[in-house]
Amino acid sequence: MKKEFTITVYTENQVGLLNRIAIIFSRRKISIDSLNSSPSEIEGIHRFTIVMNETLEVVVKICRQIEKQVEVLKVYYNTEEEIVWQELALYKVSTDEIAEKATVERLLREYGARVVAIRKDYTVFETTGHREETDRLIKVLEPFGLIEFVRSARVAIIKTSKGFHEKLKEFEKTEPGEELVENEFLNKRDDVFTM
Amino acid sequence: MYTVELTEQETEKKKEQAIQNVTGSVALLDGLVQEQVKTVFGYPGGAIMPIYDALYDFNDKLEHILVRHEQGAIHAAQGYARTSGKTGVVFATSGPGATNLVTGLADAMIDSTPVVCITGQVFAHLLGTDAFQETDVINITMPVTKWSYQVTDANEIPAVMAKAFFIASTGRPGPVVIDITKNAQLQKFDYAGYTKCQHVRSYRPKPIVRKEYVEAAAKLINEAKKPMVIFGQGVLLGRAEKEFKRFIEKGGLPAAWTILGMSAIPTDHPLAMGMLGMHGNYGPNVLTNECDVLIAVGMRFDDRVTGRLDKYAKQAKIIHLDIDPAEIDKNVKTEVAVWGDCKETLPMLTALLETKCYPQWLQKFKNYLQDEIDAVITEELNPSTPEMTMGEVINILNELTGGEAIMVTDVGQHQMVTCRYAKYNKPNSNITSGGLGTMGFALPAAIGAKFGAQDRTVIAIAGDGGIQMTIQELGTVMQSKINVKIVILNNRFLGMVRQWQQLFNDKRYSFVNIESPDYVQVAKGYYIEGNSVSDRAELRDALKKMLDHNASYLLEVMVGKENNVFPMVPQGCSVSEVRLK
Ligand SMILES: Cc1ncc(C[n+]2csc(CCOP(=O)(O)OP(=O)(O)O)c2C)c(N)n1
Repeated sequence: MKKEFTITVYTENQVGLLNRIAIIFSRRKISIDSLNSSPSEIEGIHRFTIVMNETLEVVVKICRQIEKQVEVLKVYYNTEEEIVWQELALYKVSTDEIAEKATVERLLREYGARVVAIRKDYTVFETTGHREETDRLIKVLEPFGLIEFVRSARVAIIKTSKGFHEKLKEFEKTEPGEELVENEFLNKRDDVFTM
Repeated sequence: MYTVELTEQETEKKKEQAIQNVTGSVALLDGLVQEQVKTVFGYPGGAIMPIYDALYDFNDKLEHILVRHEQGAIHAAQGYARTSGKTGVVFATSGPGATNLVTGLADAMIDSTPVVCITGQVFAHLLGTDAFQETDVINITMPVTKWSYQVTDANEIPAVMAKAFFIASTGRPGPVVIDITKNAQLQKFDYAGYTKCQHVRSYRPKPIVRKEYVEAAAKLINEAKKPMVIFGQGVLLGRAEKEFKRFIEKGGLPAAWTILGMSAIPTDHPLAMGMLGMHGNYGPNVLTNECDVLIAVGMRFDDRVTGRLDKYAKQAKIIHLDIDPAEIDKNVKTEVAVWGDCKETLPMLTALLETKCYPQWLQKFKNYLQDEIDAVITEELNPSTPEMTMGEVINILNELTGGEAIMVTDVGQHQMVTCRYAKYNKPNSNITSGGLGTMGFALPAAIGAKFGAQDRTVIAIAGDGGIQMTIQELGTVMQSKINVKIVILNNRFLGMVRQWQQLFNDKRYSFVNIESPDYVQVAKGYYIEGNSVSDRAELRDALKKMLDHNASYLLEVMVGKENNVFPMVPQGCSVSEVRLK
């Protein structure tokens, strides 16, 4: 059964790595629903957040292929319940239309939107939240002539994660200690494959 | 960025070393020398000229073999790596020089061969301008390299070279491309000497072996009634031939090989059950679907080995020993996975095994072998037809070389026949393009194989199709004076494709009849001695003459036009549906 998974990839900050990761998906004709590239909690360590819709089995295989890349430190995959996530959306509408036909205050309050720019000819709203929330505001604004809409990639925090600081120390050792679980998929494989 | 860790002592030593002001090119070549590279296969051009210029002064330390096409260079480097166990090194220029490497990179990637390719690149300030002979080499080769890096500053060269060799040769080996812009090759910088790379923090080639999985595997094997081992190149790459032999001998375990695992144990070992897969032996294929515990060592369940996956060893509990975690459960789900280097995991496993033997179970393999001998092998090795077979050529070679030679095959029927019938006493003797099936591999790979194992006889076995793909490398043979024996098994067809057209397309022979030049004349043109035989009566003497000749030699053998390779597991069929005819 296909399901939405959020993949978190900790990597070295290396030119071209994004491409190495992207071709793992494209080679298998698997689409990436959203991809975000950002710094992480550790300076110099990069963090990709990738959203995909696939079966668990495929997700695990993809994760292993990503983790196999030389500059990738660690890959985690999580279901929706295991993460806190947000997306940000921007909406541009005609200022005249909005001023005439809608009560801006109501929009702002009801949809948790903020105004980020007001010009004579256009106004830009912003919302942050889950997909449904950002989608809902599109519907509301459409009648007023939505000029532009854009939504950012997902960013996600793993609820149970203790961050990457300790892990990185282990990776830096030439001979890691026994406690370093290098490929968690192998450890979890029993739960993974009895599904 | 580069976590080359130095001990205090090393750091001190380095400080003492005089810092030299050298070009990037000199630092690169010094790196090769420090990595104990002796032989480089390459072809010069504009964007790599500074390196070639520096090479002029490294003549006493590095031997450069000028090939006739960059594909030849990388296949030679692959052959070198496979027979020597060391990393093969290639030089090529930018643009077409680099793109000519792509087939070889793909081949090395899928067959896990350690190769470091140095490609020249246009000046850094010209990157992205469609400059003369500029191609985006890093991105073109990304899917077929284990790692790649573009150097634009000479200061990076020592650490990048060290990292390249470390990554290419450790863990599951593979090809690495280092693309160096011309300015970096020319740039002078303060070179503090070369330090080998021991550790890259984001790369863990050797995992910590988990004992509980080894124990679980041992338990399954000890409880088995009909265990069977299948092994691949991992045993050779891990240099674990002895460990592997002890493992199967203690457990009394029958063992069959993939095409790349071949020669890891002597082919006449009492527990050697032959080759797996599409044209493998009858017994190991059928019994894969009858064994109760299947132990896979250093292999990746390629579709040519497994046939139809949903009917593959469903009755068996599967144990998989592999160094690459991405291979575990990729194609076949396993009961127990032992992630690690088999050099380390096999002895741990052997220690927990009970000493056993399974005479009845082994008898089954023998019975199937007898069926195969009766239906296929006798006729192939001692044919009753006037036409010669490929098998009888290999059979005589076995006798003449006593199983001591290295055979380097191309791709097609002759490859399958060679791998089915060749006898090997020593490891790293069977060199072939397994995963990619690259026609044109044999001749250049044989050249490299000989450089990697100078004291051994190297025989290239090619078809009349494949030899014509890289026949220009006869020029490399000529110029380097390397002693390789070249056997062309000429069936006047692209035989393997013809076989499929016969069996599956109602003999609609679509563009498979291929004409050949006069190979003996071609060889002669390159000052290489040659001969052609079409009469069985002359075959043995001709082969003997070839082997006894004290230089390279080309022998064409005219074989039956429409012979087929059997047994065969047709594509999409289960391994137990293997056909004997
Ligand atoms: C570069 C390349 N092109 C095409 C093929 C497809 N192919 C596989 S085997 C084969 C026929 C090989 O013919 P030949 O070299 O005469 O060997 P034979 O099978 O007759 O022994 C072909 C065309 C291939 N493997 N590699």
